[in-house]
Amino acid sequence: MRDMMRLFLIVTLFSAFSGGLLAAVKNGTEKRIEYQQLKFVKGPTIKKIMKGCSNDPLVDRFVMSQGKQKINFFVGVFDSKPKVVALESFGQGVDGPIGVITAIDVDTDKIVGVGVTTLHETPGLGTRVKTEPWFSAQFKGLPISNPFKVKPDGGQIDAISGATISSRGVCAGVNASIETYKRLKPEILKKMKAYKG
Amino acid sequence: MAKSVVQEFTKGLWAEIPPFRLVLGLCPTLAVTKTVENGIGMGIAVTFVLVCSNVIISLLRNVIPKEVRIACFIVVIATFVTVVELLMQAFTYPLFLALGIFIPLIVVNCILLGRAEAFASKNGIIASMADGLGIGLGYTLALGFLAMFREVLGSGTFFNIPVFGPSFKPFTFMVQAPGAFVCLGLMLCIMNMLGKK
Repeated sequence: MRDMMRLFLIVTLFSAFSGGLLAAVKNGTEKRIEYQQLKFVKGPTIKKIMKGCSNDPLVDRFVMSQGKQKINFFVGVFDSKPKVVALESFGQGVDGPIGVITAIDVDTDKIVGVGVTTLHETPGLGTRVKTEPWFSAQFKGLPISNPFKVKPDGGQIDAISGATISSRGVCAGVNASIETYKRLKPEILKKMKAYKG
Repeated sequence: MAKSVVQEFTKGLWAEIPPFRLVLGLCPTLAVTKTVENGIGMGIAVTFVLVCSNVIISLLRNVIPKEVRIACFIVVIATFVTVVELLMQAFTYPLFLALGIFIPLIVVNCILLGRAEAFASKNGIIASMADGLGIGLGYTLALGFLAMFREVLGSGTFFNIPVFGPSFKPFTFMVQAPGAFVCLGLMLCIMNMLGKK
């Protein structure tokens, strides 16, 4: 019995120590990892949909919390005016959430661009919402007054055949971003004034 | 008589080079050697974990009761693997994306547990460190070598730089799974022929 207790104690100590070490490393690297993820996962998408802006939207970002959630807003400067704001929201796909970045022109309330960041869809089917540029290009220039729906649901967006659910997920992501934008618009505008080209 | 530290180090580079002589750790060997960069990145990650876990296990070899030694070894190894995973995310994010699941899977790599059980738990710290470094570098070399063949023939590039003219048609077979098996088989064959004398 005594032996058993000793074994138990040693394994517990080992685990506790490594748990502490891991927590320390995680704390130390958290900020950097966050930036790296922004740079390599969201970065290319943001740069693509904000083509032509004169600043770096990854640097010019601000955070607003909504309930428990923290949302990153990326500012795009065009003609030396902060004109576009982009944010990421998630829509439900087949195998998990689809991350969608939506860029909105704050003057005209129209979509500047939409881009998919992370997804867990079926390769070759659902992943086409990310790999086929024509799909996200459909949103470009449309007003944000009405929520987006795919054509099978009576909406205006052509779904990718074989990937209706994934297409619906992207629409849901865009709609979620629009809703957040509409709700927080006065504050967003206030914060955006700080960024000049 | 105990071998010298230099011998412990050099044995990993030729006499006991992991994938070819020990024939351990084959799963990542086959999976990540599509490009030299990935192969060497994986090798370095394994080397780091191997050296750290060998040192810690050797240091604690008189504290760890032999009934629970495997559990303790796994805890040590898993801790360092997670540390590597976090560091990779923080500093070399694209490599982390390329290696994906094979980083956490280092935990179940037989080389690590094999060295812990067969060497570090019976030898001193300096010898264990030399052993870990030697085996790790041997593994890196082997992965780099295998990846060189596969990348040069399979994609016509070396470290992502094209080495042949534009008229070169790559043997796509080499970067696919069967190519990995064939390539590894040929390497083992050559190693055995050389080792026969």
